Amino acid sequence: MRLFKTITLTAFIICTLSGYADAQCKAFAKKECLPELGTYTHDGNYHAAVLIEGEEAELYKTFYSDMEYRVAIVGEDKLPAIEFRIIDTNKNVLYSNKDKDYASTWDFKLESSQQLKLVIKVSSFNQAGDTPASGCVAIMFGFKLKK
Amino acid sequence: MNKKYRINSGVLFVFILALGFLTACKGGKKAPEEEIPVTLPQDNAAILKEIKQAERIFNALPSPLESAMLIKSAGARFDEALLNPVTNVNTYVTSKAMALNLGVYTCDLSFASLYEQTQLLIDYMNAAKKMADGLGILKAIEQKDIDNLEENINNSEVIMEIVSQTFMNSNSYLEDNGQPATAAMVLVGGWVEGLYISTQLVDINEFNGNKLVGRIIDQKLSIDILLNLLNSSKGNPAVDELMLEVAKLKTVFDKITIDTTPVRPEYDAASNTTVLRSQIKTDMTPAIFTELSSVVAEIRNSFVK
Repeated sequence: MRLFKTITLTAFIICTLSGYADAQCKAFAKKECLPELGTYTHDGNYHAAVLIEGEEAELYKTFYSDMEYRVAIVGEDKLPAIEFRIIDTNKNVLYSNKDKDYASTWDFKLESSQQLKLVIKVSSFNQAGDTPASGCVAIMFGFKLKK
Repeated sequence: MNKKYRINSGVLFVFILALGFLTACKGGKKAPEEEIPVTLPQDNAAILKEIKQAERIFNALPSPLESAMLIKSAGARFDEALLNPVTNVNTYVTSKAMALNLGVYTCDLSFASLYEQTQLLIDYMNAAKKMADGLGILKAIEQKDIDNLEENINNSEVIMEIVSQTFMNSNSYLEDNGQPATAAMVLVGGWVEGLYISTQLVDINEFNGNKLVGRIIDQKLSIDILLNLLNSSKGNPAVDELMLEVAKLKTVFDKITIDTTPVRPEYDAASNTTVLRSQIKTDMTPAIFTELSSVVAEIRNSFVK
């Protein structure tokens, strides 16, 4: 009974905190990720989540040949480096920010429209026994017409 | 040492179970069949392994602003008659109708903004505000946003920024408040409206080499993303209905072939931009286009009726 009460209370606290964390995540996305788009127009879509050290996320999106794109992926300071890879439908890695010192943005354009997959991974501090770090990771896309 | 281990296990047990509750209270971003059962791992390494498996999947449809930009970049003309009249706003009373038409009106206002239709832009922003308010989306579109639009009516950059911000306010509110199904419906409404406007603007007599036809074919690349997005809210009656509609679209898109050569990234140091080089071959016939156009119109008209 006591264990049930503890679980219920913990779940309640986490649910409440999760709403708070999500609201914080939105504020973080607006404050830290949006400016990274620079002169590109933000498409208006919102992709952000609280991720834990070692966790992976995937995003599928179609990119068009008429546009130039910037993808910005930013994690909170308390998280280790955020790694991201861009993969085509044949599973070829087209870009990895690991080769660019974990750059938070990547600018690209396409000769023909493609559906691409982004794989985002929160790397690990590799400190055994510690509680894994968690924090917000925001993904945003900016576009402009190809010159 | 043993005692300490037992305490940690207890805390971890509660933590893992609470994580299970957490998934339930947030709504899923992931298809139900992909959910991983919660088990009790033996140590931190096992917990980390579980966490790593619990990956999140985002299905990103083109936003209404991006759809409108694609139409304009293809050289299409503006036609007010294709938009959903703002006089329809009061007819949308269900959450499904309001969500779909928030997407529709946001696409229409993006279209109006790119073609510098200033008065229409304000009217459509007000219509979108009414839908967002009806869905209980707090502060998505505020009066100050509309005032800001009016003050910057000739500044296209500021206008696009406001449109993008208000759309983000809506979908982030819905995602953060456990309404991913409604958020998905907003996106679907916007995407279908963009496809509807595009198909209506194609002159069948100028079909071959028409750039807009190329952009319509490109939408085939998003149809599975759209279905996956809806599938993550499967079980919601409104979403289930929409999936049936979108399945009709997929049937037509499946008749179009897109062959792409392997993608070759080429870095251009001068612009610090990577060019993804590949060639594409497609084969949509005028007959398939007409069928697609008809199915899109049927679905879109069911949204706005």
